[in-house]
Amino acid sequence: MKHVFLFMMSAFCIYSLTQAQNEKYIKAMEQKIAEIKEPMTADAWLANANGFEMIADVEKNQWLPYYYASYGHIMRGYMLSSGKQGDFSSITDPEADKAEALLAKAESLSKDNAEIFILKKMIATLRLSADPMNRWQTQLPLATEAITNAKKLDPENPRITLLEAQDKIFTPEEYGGSKTEGKKLLEDAIKKFETRKPESSIAPSWGLSQAKYFLQQASN
Amino acid sequence: MARWLLLISFFITGNVAAQVSISGKVLDNKKRPIRGASVNVKDSYDGATSDSTGNYVFRTSEKDSQLLVVKIMGYRTVETPVVIGSADIILDLIMKEEINELKAVVITAGTFEASDKKKVTVLDPIDIVTTASGNGDVTGALKTLPGAQQVGEKEGLFVRGGTAAETKTFIDGTLVNNFFYSSVPNISQRGRFSPFIFKGTVFSTGGCSALYGQALSSALILESIDLPEQTSANLSLSVIGVGGGYQHLAKNNKYSFGASYNYTDLRLAFAVIKQRQEYDKVPIYHSGDANFRIKTSKTGMLKYYGYFSTNQLKFYVNSLDTLGYKDGFAQQNFNMYHNLSWKENLGRKWKMQLGLSYTNNKDNIESGLYTQDKKEVLLQGLEFKDFKLDMTGNYFNTKLVLERKFGRLNTIRFGSEYNFSEDLTDYTSYNNQHFKQNIKENVNAFFTESDFYITNNIAAKVGARLEHSSFLDKFNFAPRISLAYKTGKYSQASLAYGIFYQNPESKYLTGTGFLNFSKATHYIAQYQKTGNGQTFRTEIFYKQYQDLLKTATGGNQQQSALNNTGYGDARGFEFFWRDKKTFKNLDYWISYSYLDTKRDYLNYPYAIQPDFAATHTASVVLKKFVSKWKTGFNAAYNFASGRPYFFIRNNPSTDKPEFMDQGKTPTYNNVSMSVNYIPSIGKQNAKTFVVYVLSVSNIFNINQIYGYQYSYNGYRKQATVPPSKMFVYIGAFFSFGVDRTEDAINNNL
Repeated sequence: MKHVFLFMMSAFCIYSLTQAQNEKYIKAMEQKIAEIKEPMTADAWLANANGFEMIADVEKNQWLPYYYASYGHIMRGYMLSSGKQGDFSSITDPEADKAEALLAKAESLSKDNAEIFILKKMIATLRLSADPMNRWQTQLPLATEAITNAKKLDPENPRITLLEAQDKIFTPEEYGGSKTEGKKLLEDAIKKFETRKPESSIAPSWGLSQAKYFLQQASN
Repeated sequence: MARWLLLISFFITGNVAAQVSISGKVLDNKKRPIRGASVNVKDSYDGATSDSTGNYVFRTSEKDSQLLVVKIMGYRTVETPVVIGSADIILDLIMKEEINELKAVVITAGTFEASDKKKVTVLDPIDIVTTASGNGDVTGALKTLPGAQQVGEKEGLFVRGGTAAETKTFIDGTLVNNFFYSSVPNISQRGRFSPFIFKGTVFSTGGCSALYGQALSSALILESIDLPEQTSANLSLSVIGVGGGYQHLAKNNKYSFGASYNYTDLRLAFAVIKQRQEYDKVPIYHSGDANFRIKTSKTGMLKYYGYFSTNQLKFYVNSLDTLGYKDGFAQQNFNMYHNLSWKENLGRKWKMQLGLSYTNNKDNIESGLYTQDKKEVLLQGLEFKDFKLDMTGNYFNTKLVLERKFGRLNTIRFGSEYNFSEDLTDYTSYNNQHFKQNIKENVNAFFTESDFYITNNIAAKVGARLEHSSFLDKFNFAPRISLAYKTGKYSQASLAYGIFYQNPESKYLTGTGFLNFSKATHYIAQYQKTGNGQTFRTEIFYKQYQDLLKTATGGNQQQSALNNTGYGDARGFEFFWRDKKTFKNLDYWISYSYLDTKRDYLNYPYAIQPDFAATHTASVVLKKFVSKWKTGFNAAYNFASGRPYFFIRNNPSTDKPEFMDQGKTPTYNNVSMSVNYIPSIGKQNAKTFVVYVLSVSNIFNINQIYGYQYSYNGYRKQATVPPSKMFVYIGAFFSFGVDRTEDAINNNL
């Protein structure tokens, strides 16, 4: 009897520990995710990515901390590249490398995940933008492949539509870009964002404010 | 039981326990702040990122003995034990820079690299084909770099006072013989291989690694492409021929194979663009290649590339030796080349690279004197003009390199190389006498080389090469050392020293004599600054030549080896500036070389500036891509100051060589341009990819004189000029990608 009781107590103990740990994990993640909903500087993105990596180092079986850490380095890469001319790969490549390494860990924990393919696409685009003349032949197919895979897995994902819209807006017209088509896609993305419910409080949900921002920019 | 409950409550309520603040600075070993480092208590979420002054601060509820982890890319992660009590902790964390490829200095003295390995590479792979004066030839673009001469009458790279024979070419580690099409008098020949089969080019203008030997001046090290990105077919159409090929990539991305065929026929081009030579047989080339590439492991790759080509031509030019007659020159060439290479990661930090190559080359040359209506004649005193020369060469080269890494970047490499060459010549004189010879040579070499990184800022490469030549029956030992020091975030300085040996060229050999290796000693100092799309590079060098080959002039006007008493030296400085940043969408580079060289070799009476060396050489290369038009515009200007020319005769009374005539050519100027129109660029999912090319060399029709040639007796001379002043090339390249997006998706799901 005593043994049964002890067993139950330890089961409860482990359960509560996991529960506590889980709550702590969710809370920490929610806190970090709240940060990225606001506009951030390149340094703030790094701090945010570092924070996620710390969580990832503890929660080695969760793909989301790695995912968000990767996302942070991608965003930092974009922030660092803004306003740069010519070949700026020496600035953005380290971020892309780091993002890729983190994303590989996320992928090993969660295969066939559209959200991961979305980040792969963003990494390819970041690399491409650093030196388009020499890289379009290698990076463009990677970007296309990643987004095609994402679409296949989750066709209604608003972040896919958002990336497609960005491509349309920032590609010169002679290469198939179009502001009007881009705007349409943004409106479509916003609609999708508004109807889509994230699976959990910590599932990827970013993008709505970007879509709104780009739509406003494109309308001016 | 009570203990258990206590434990549980402790864990559950652990979160609300009092928090302690941990703060301090993250510094490097020189006490400079490190920004962006992540600091946290190990196995907890509690942490922060250091700010621009290196400061970090965070609160933690962890207790007792813990590890504080600080990490950032480029530094070694540090774990510091801390005991967290109730008091706040202030702790500075010192990080050591990690020796890593991104930050470490690179040994660059004497080398130009074009590859996709971003760091300190001066050229991008695409530059090889988009440099206007390069004419789509592998070596064309390299001639716009400092160190290389603008020699237009002969093929090859003439580097820092060295002859073309002093530059050796390597594909995937092994030596390539007959890299260029066989020589034709006064017409520079192109390289045999398409630039598109290479992904990386290293052009060493001095101080080359101990892995490469038998090159006194320079090495061109080419690396072939790995697996193609997709299965595709391609077709090319141009004013000089047609070609087609197919590359198949296996669905599992593990292997690929392909083949291509090219037919080049210059009849159309020569009908439109008048040539100085009067062709009886306009050059026609057939060439084909085949390849397979197999991924043998995650990093291992087995590659085969096989090539054959056959071509022929015959032309006449007005004879200088006897007025009113014509010199006839006919040539047939067959060439076959096979290259097999295998790279493998052996595990435990060991790597291996094995290469094998085999070349078979046949040249059949006929020379003769002709009347105006092209009847062959034999004139007394000019019998030497009538001959046949049949040459067959068999060349086999194999090289094994083993590499072991120590730490991140320290590396030791060693291995051996074996080179077999056999040159069979059959010279048939006017009276049908045959002079046959067969020169066989076996060169065995052992080499070792180490890269030492003392810190990220200082590195050394120390190597040595031991060679034995069976033909000379001699050994040589060649030490080589390079040092590199990082002077700033983007800048570095390098020094290089090395000894180089080379066998006498087989064309001068007439049997066994008491010959020796020729020797060159290189001293190079370099400063380079690369960053943000700009590159500045300057080098000074001194090269000493010893034991150069001296020759005697034979009855048939041929030079044959005499001894190794020749010598010489070369000194100079070079600048290179490339800028992709200042002007939007404009990429340009400027290079300048100053060369002061003299040598006494072959039949030179004494040391003089050789006829292939100009004192000043400069190039300006411009590239502009206009996105709107999907068109790239490329222009290049090449300049060289006058080169010496001379006629050497044997003094009839002393039988010693002497200069009978000497002079200097006018300066050389060439402006070329090319336009590439790529309509399918940027189109996602485009199945067909087309590039249209228009290129014009010497666009301003400037008179170009490469040198002077003399009649056999030296009484008459004539300027050596290009076959036509201007040349226009128009072509289209189509690539039909077999869309594999579906496969990619299916394989990933």
